[in-house]
Amino acid sequence: MAIKKITVDNSIVQRKANQLPGEGPEKGIQTLPGEALRDDPESDATFITTKLDTMVNWARGNSLWPLPFGTACCAIEFMSTVSSHYDMARFGFEVVRFSPRQADMMIVAGTIVDKMAPVLRKIYDQMPEPKYVVAMGACATSGGFYRAYHVVQGVDEIIPVDIWVPGCPPTPEGLMYGILKLQEKIKRGEIRR
Amino acid sequence: MSTLTKFSSTPYTGPTPTNRLPYVPRDLEAVDRRRDEIAARITSLTPEANQDLPTFIVRREDIVETLRALRDDPELQFTLPLDLFGVDYPGRPEGRFDVVYLLYSLKNSDRVRLKVRTDENTPLPTSVGVFKGYDWYEREAFDMFGIGFEGHPNLRRLLTHEAFQGHALRKDYDPGKRWLLSEKDVAQITPKVFIEPQGHEFDRVTLNLGPSHPATHGTLRLVVSLEGETIVGLDAEIGYLHRCFEKMSETHSWQQVIPYTDRLNYCSAFINNVGYALAVEKLLGIEAPPRAQHIRLILSEFMRIADHMVCIGTNLVDLGGLTNFWYLFRGREEIYALIEACSGARILPSYTRIGGLAVDVPSNFLEQCQKLVNLIPGLINDVDKLLSRNRVFHERADGSGPISAENAIAWGFTGPCLRAAGVPFDVRKANPYLGYETYDWDVPVAEGGDTLARYMVRMEEMRQSLSIIQQAIDRGLPEGPIIVDDPYIALPEKEKVYNEMESLIYHFKLIMHGIQPPVGETYFAVEGANGELGFHIVSDGTKNPYRIKVRPPCFSIYQAFGEMIAGQTIPDAIAVLGSLNIIAGELDR
Repeated sequence: MAIKKITVDNSIVQRKANQLPGEGPEKGIQTLPGEALRDDPESDATFITTKLDTMVNWARGNSLWPLPFGTACCAIEFMSTVSSHYDMARFGFEVVRFSPRQADMMIVAGTIVDKMAPVLRKIYDQMPEPKYVVAMGACATSGGFYRAYHVVQGVDEIIPVDIWVPGCPPTPEGLMYGILKLQEKIKRGEIRR
Repeated sequence: MSTLTKFSSTPYTGPTPTNRLPYVPRDLEAVDRRRDEIAARITSLTPEANQDLPTFIVRREDIVETLRALRDDPELQFTLPLDLFGVDYPGRPEGRFDVVYLLYSLKNSDRVRLKVRTDENTPLPTSVGVFKGYDWYEREAFDMFGIGFEGHPNLRRLLTHEAFQGHALRKDYDPGKRWLLSEKDVAQITPKVFIEPQGHEFDRVTLNLGPSHPATHGTLRLVVSLEGETIVGLDAEIGYLHRCFEKMSETHSWQQVIPYTDRLNYCSAFINNVGYALAVEKLLGIEAPPRAQHIRLILSEFMRIADHMVCIGTNLVDLGGLTNFWYLFRGREEIYALIEACSGARILPSYTRIGGLAVDVPSNFLEQCQKLVNLIPGLINDVDKLLSRNRVFHERADGSGPISAENAIAWGFTGPCLRAAGVPFDVRKANPYLGYETYDWDVPVAEGGDTLARYMVRMEEMRQSLSIIQQAIDRGLPEGPIIVDDPYIALPEKEKVYNEMESLIYHFKLIMHGIQPPVGETYFAVEGANGELGFHIVSDGTKNPYRIKVRPPCFSIYQAFGEMIAGQTIPDAIAVLGSLNIIAGELDR
């Protein structure tokens, strides 16, 4: 029995930019390692090879556990995003954890003021690596329209941010789009620290 | 041309407005008559002219006695402390600060305003002994203006952090000047002990809840002292969402303040819009057209329902019941869909304008409202079936966090929390606005003032709100404009701006110079979802407000929290906190 080796690595991203999935010379090769076997009818492969990084990033990207650092109005929209109408469980990031020890994606939802800043930093430090930060809304992004004596002008003053979601507050669709973008970023292996 | 730096705002340098007329309230005669009646009963009062409320200037040394006399007078009975705040007039010879006291009489449904003049170096005697509800208000005035209060038990900063220097709401404080707080500067808080500990000192544990805790709904911080599981002491630290609303509104024009008001109580943002717009309209002496008033009333009531839904839903999540949350959030999403159809935004609509509304409602507005009015009772009934006779819920909620009517009034409670204690005070009934007096509805009242009573009151209030909306739908929307026809207040239509010279000029003038209300001050209150939401606005005739003070209902309620849960357990504290519906945006502003 002939064994066909299929290689999956980061270069897929470049290929995907130019062609539709399932087309072209590397027929059947998709972002997900498992997909290659299912889509290629001619393949009788029994194993695939890939980079460990790619595999791990794929797994990480699909199992984000959010920590809602909700302070203000954006937290109310976050509640809408979690509840049944918008239901972010559809995308695989619904396991909300309020303990930083159990979460890997911090969603900063709301204004961070100077009094809160040490708390935010402490909670971020308590999260295990790898960790990601989504700045939800105008206040977390830039201080919003609170250009004032007690407001942090964007949480990137204190912690590194991966995704900024605009809006005041962003709609649930906006927040979900932002987290999907973060998933893509993680799968591409762009986030390394 | 000055340059904008990242943190500081440029002062207004345009042409000086010329129409700085003094404010004369509409019902001046009635106010003056009431003022003279009060002055006849209480000595040491100096009346002030041309005010919208009976207003008196009191000497610094007389203030405590005056407050006590107003409270204890059998005819007047100003028992409810509404508000206390400072206003800064730098360079005024008789002292730069006005300290304004606002009291409410439940007996006569009227308010009184007292002013004391002082400066940086002369402290006032504390009034905590007369009204314990003034505790945090005095701390706030100290924090924001540096006004001292002699004899206050715990006079330290309230909203800003420990490393903050200066007093932010003084006129000479740069709005963009920040002070950074590092972790080593964070002060240790020793909880105030309510019950003398029984056991050994080693049995006591100090526990810190929040400011980032799933059950505190935002940014509330509690430091509790425990003996076993019993709470013997508590201190609530606030200010973790102090976004400088009042300073920001002084650096923006009257219309630009509207989006800031949205973010006070963000669960029922539209009511804040309406309250602010009505306050400025009162100062301008105008009234929005009937169509705008009608839409304001309908949407306000929907927002009240949405707020109560969030409160009940999240309160029950803390108690372990998730189902109600899903049931109620379905109705809430539908309400937001209606708000989105009207204004374009979901939770923070910024839909009112001074003098009316931003845009007209969709043509099928009333049908959409009717659909909601048909849908929501089913959801409320579902929750009712799950909870109202549920033994687990009753054992958690019945008798937890009780407060007596006298205590609630002394702390300055308003809204559902006061009505749960048995006091039938609702601003919509007592001092009607938007035509609430023409509708047939009841004020629900419960007994006991515990978590169960607060839940019951909120459930019934949602039904009453639906009844008001149904009556409003049956009356139909009045035809006509949605904003006043005054080029000095409302922008002309875009089409006219492009085609008419006059409209173009008015548009330009209004954008550049803003609305310029008469010089004076006014107070207007609406019934917010949590209680009396008042706006005290001071105008100096320019395009920016001189001072805006919000009377946030949560602020009074939350300071009583320690007293309410002393002797109970941590799980009770969570249940009570949820039922008080503390919204950090409104609490800290």
